Amino acid sequence: MMLERVYLFYRDGFRSMRLGKTLWKIILIKLFILFAVIKWLFFPDYLHTRFATDEERANHVLENLIPSQNP
Amino acid sequence: MLEQIDVTMVDWARGQFAMTAMFHWIFVPLTLGLSFLLAFFESLYVKTGNEQWKKITKFWMRLFAVNFAIGIATGIILEFEFGTNWSNYSWMVGDIFGAPLAIEGIFAFFIEATFFAVMFFGWDRVSKKFHLFSTWMVAVGSNLSALWILVANGWMQYPVGMKFNADTARFEMQNFWEVVSSPVAIGHFTHATSSGFLLASLFVVSVSSWFMLKKRHVEMAKKSIMVAAVFGLISSLFVAFTGDESAYTAAHKQPMKLAAIEGLYQGEQGCALCAVGVLRPDMKPGEDEDPYIFAVKVPYVLSILANRNPESFVPGINDLVYGNPARNIVGVNDMMVQGKTAIEQLALYKQARANGDESAAAEALAKFEPVSGYLGYGYLNSPEEAVPPVALNFYSFRIMVGLGTLFPLLFLAFLFFTYRNTLTEKRWLLMTGVIALFLGYVAQEAGWVVAEVGRQPWAIQGLLPVTVARSNLTTATVQTTFFMFLVLFTTLLLAEVRIMLKQIHIGPEVD
Repeated sequence: MMLERVYLFYRDGFRSMRLGKTLWKIILIKLFILFAVIKWLFFPDYLHTRFATDEERANHVLENLIPSQNP
Repeated sequence: MLEQIDVTMVDWARGQFAMTAMFHWIFVPLTLGLSFLLAFFESLYVKTGNEQWKKITKFWMRLFAVNFAIGIATGIILEFEFGTNWSNYSWMVGDIFGAPLAIEGIFAFFIEATFFAVMFFGWDRVSKKFHLFSTWMVAVGSNLSALWILVANGWMQYPVGMKFNADTARFEMQNFWEVVSSPVAIGHFTHATSSGFLLASLFVVSVSSWFMLKKRHVEMAKKSIMVAAVFGLISSLFVAFTGDESAYTAAHKQPMKLAAIEGLYQGEQGCALCAVGVLRPDMKPGEDEDPYIFAVKVPYVLSILANRNPESFVPGINDLVYGNPARNIVGVNDMMVQGKTAIEQLALYKQARANGDESAAAEALAKFEPVSGYLGYGYLNSPEEAVPPVALNFYSFRIMVGLGTLFPLLFLAFLFFTYRNTLTEKRWLLMTGVIALFLGYVAQEAGWVVAEVGRQPWAIQGLLPVTVARSNLTTATVQTTFFMFLVLFTTLLLAEVRIMLKQIHIGPEVD
């Protein structure tokens, strides 16, 4: 009963939106561009795509922290 | 690997991050402040039962929704950039940032899924008091959400409550409360949120002034101005107070930032504050000439700001870079020696671990730990590299403070003429009110320039310079995404302005 009331609250709320519909379209388009295009194509996680384990990632970062001219 | 650093890539990545953060900060302060103004308007409605306050609340709520919808998720782009452009940094701080950012994410989700829905859908469907409670919860929740982001930012500016793990190359949290209650984090949170209140007040004053100039919705505009001007005035005073606290904190935790903000090269006792000035563009650390071409100084004020004592000594860039034994100031040149020892011992530790020589590893670690706090200085090629861009800090700070001084006067003028009931006749003031919103945004962005450019060259103060924090990417890769974001952000901003203007044009008549 309670769940049904909550469901109806959200359903009717979404249905009665006017400006909200435009704003939701913008939000959804934006999220699609951000996650399905930009993140996927242009912003892979550098360490996770190049190294399989945390140990390899830590090693890579440590190599960057230790300049090769030092012992 | 450091000799292969692509400095151009670092600069493009910094530019991209700055652009994203500044764009994100167009939306955030308005959300933070307008949420409280909505709560004030609605409280007046519930208290008085006057339907006009309800209409006013609903109108500003529409504009709040536009700003929120366009701004939502723009901060996520910063996280994309961390993982791609700043992978060394991202890896190293994962343990520190994990907790605050997770709390922020969970917090934001629950507030948006519950109280936002009640605030927008709940008119006439829940009781007046529960609706008002939801509006207040949105305001409080949005601002608390900002706390966690600024805790993370504060930690970068003044890292506390952690220890570097030489095996995992990560900073591990040792004391959560020390991280959360860091004076820099608290200073940033209070200053950033109160400046958001101020900006939102300017927004309401600006739009209402436009209505009054056009002689539309005049009563609603007057009522809105009355509330926003009071909130704006109180916020302005709080911004000044928290700004003063931030200067005090910077003097003790980030003295180089304060010196750069002031263009102060030679430390002084009883130090004056440069209120207005022009810096010599060719001034360099190590020179002892007057850094100003022209300056209007207020005696003793910088000493008071920095130490609450008019006679106290405020160190300049030269003191901090080269040291000042008479004042017990250790220079960057000395810290670089410690930093290089830290790097050397870290290398020995790694090598010993790889060779399975545990006693050599323990010895190297024992030598590394006492100097690990200077790690970042070991990557500098010269002590002068520890100086942030002085001119950019100096002028940005004066723009921020100059405009911040004008705003309370503006709010006072609006309150005075509202009280005299002559506001509609004061077209000069209404026109100033319209323009003030843009000045508010300029002040906001200038504030972030001071906060973030002032901590350069560090990604994490003293521990990690931006040149080491980056990923091994090519310049072209970052350039491509830089321009892609520029197009995306411009499109979103145009959409926001267009929808906002349309809603303002429609006015409060339509729900």
